Amino acid sequence: MSDEISTKETEVSPEAGELTTLLQDEFPDAVTEFHAHRGDETVVIERDAFESVCRFLRDDSRCSFEIMMDLTAVDRLEMKETPRFEMVYHFKSLTHARRLRLKVRLAEDDCKIASIHHLWKAVDWYERECFDMFGIQFEGHPDLRRILMYEEFEGHPLRKDYPIDKQQPLLELKEVEERHTYGRHT
Amino acid sequence: MTDMSAIQSQTDVNSSGEDFSASVMSIEIGPAHPAMHGIVRFTTHLDGELIVGMDPEIGYLHRGFEKESENSKWIQIIPYTDRLNYVSPLLNNIGFSMAVEKLYGIEAPRRAEFTRVIMGEISRITDHLTCLGAVAMEIGAFTFFLWFIKAREYLWELVEEMTGARLTTNWTRFGGNANDLPDGFLSDLADRLVKLKDVMSECDKLLTRNKIFIDRVKDVGSFSKEDALSFGFTGPLLRACGIPYDVRRADPYSVYDELDFEIPVGSVGDCFDRFLVRMEEIRQSILIIEQAADKMPEGPFMTDERMMHYPDKKDVYGNIEGLIDHFKLVMEGHQPPAGEIYMPVEGGNGEMGFYLVSDGGGDPVRVRMRPPCFNLVAAMPAMTVGHYVADIVPIFGSVNMIGGELDR
Repeated sequence: MSDEISTKETEVSPEAGELTTLLQDEFPDAVTEFHAHRGDETVVIERDAFESVCRFLRDDSRCSFEIMMDLTAVDRLEMKETPRFEMVYHFKSLTHARRLRLKVRLAEDDCKIASIHHLWKAVDWYERECFDMFGIQFEGHPDLRRILMYEEFEGHPLRKDYPIDKQQPLLELKEVEERHTYGRHT
Repeated sequence: MTDMSAIQSQTDVNSSGEDFSASVMSIEIGPAHPAMHGIVRFTTHLDGELIVGMDPEIGYLHRGFEKESENSKWIQIIPYTDRLNYVSPLLNNIGFSMAVEKLYGIEAPRRAEFTRVIMGEISRITDHLTCLGAVAMEIGAFTFFLWFIKAREYLWELVEEMTGARLTTNWTRFGGNANDLPDGFLSDLADRLVKLKDVMSECDKLLTRNKIFIDRVKDVGSFSKEDALSFGFTGPLLRACGIPYDVRRADPYSVYDELDFEIPVGSVGDCFDRFLVRMEEIRQSILIIEQAADKMPEGPFMTDERMMHYPDKKDVYGNIEGLIDHFKLVMEGHQPPAGEIYMPVEGGNGEMGFYLVSDGGGDPVRVRMRPPCFNLVAAMPAMTVGHYVADIVPIFGSVNMIGGELDR
């Protein structure tokens, strides 16, 4: 690797960005880490403050993050990091033309986090997908079902300890009537 | 899913005392249905013809893109991205390559970026042509569909000339493109754009002021700005609601900040607005392509950073650095520095974001793609409840669901 690239590798802003400072002021105990690798402002917060931070990000006029852009998780099993899971939320503010990445770390034996489906409508399906793929429990989600996989699927495929060549048992053919009822509801 | 108990049944007893209470009936639309683009199932709850509830079920085309990618080398992921939004594969290629370049902290040479803009906009046009053509066909305007598919063919031939394939393009690389412009490409491009403009003006006359068409799409699927933002809409559907958010303008990437184009917006976000926004975006994309072709700079089409691409054969055989680079690239693959990035680009359906995490090794830790039409399909119940069954066709058509990107 050339010298130029390897110097850029350590280009992590030591100074807190504008939003990071704001969050640090508002939630002094919640912000544990931050960085702005390649210009992406990132804040790691404590799980307990997560919902109130999200509400603040949406409603405060200094933030006004109208769009919950993306929600996913990272399984850090092979990176030998603890805690194992990291929830990653991307927000976009059109008013201030800014983006923010919010991260919350979750331990393997306690991968639960508050659902924020009541703050952005988009969250509903994203949380279902994250539950499906990683087995993260979103507390307060009204309808936490699998979304990409089928309901009899065993395990959570994007976890690093789910083998890529694992085979699932074949399902019995289901009768149509068992799946859903046609005709008139009474 | 709508709570069934909340739905009030109206009692309607006719003169002979027979009870015709309007009870709710559940009808499955899909997974395989001519009006469903790709495979998706809608369980609709109907009160007569009126939709009172809907539950979309997705996942029929799930191929484990993210899992496969996390078990591949970085460069092996590019062909997988072709299969995301398979109507505009070049935009996926470009988005993923730019994401990895951001992870490295490098940029492709300017000639490569201008070529990417041209090919990306061609793909955006084919995406919109397919979407509009399909909507028009489903509500009866078959000529429009044939004309648009004909125009799409002009463009796919250009894509084939550039990449060797029409759909599975696998064309970008980290730090550049697989090849430079072929001989005579720009003049072919100019010819095809003239033909495309002819098709556009003919089709504009066919539909834009056509009363039969307008009756089917006007005030159907209207969506408020607030709901659109809350549902995370991006792309043509958000712009149809009146919000001029376009990643090319909001977070300019590549060389879009040097190009002059307008962002069309609608007002109420109904299917007609979506149609008009897509039509105008095609015209704006043509303008972008013409400007990019005019400004096409000379120079390399691939970065000269080491360890980004295979060294020239004379270096592999001629000096030790070239040999080592070649060996390491083959055996270990690209090794972006440790870190995480999110790279948004404007896809055919909206913001397509790649979230990548690298630990500095040859295997990606996390490859995540934000599928733009995921949010749109999630909003299908909100868009259709209160409309009639026949309105599902234009509403869902204008959502432009692409199974490959939705289910990944």
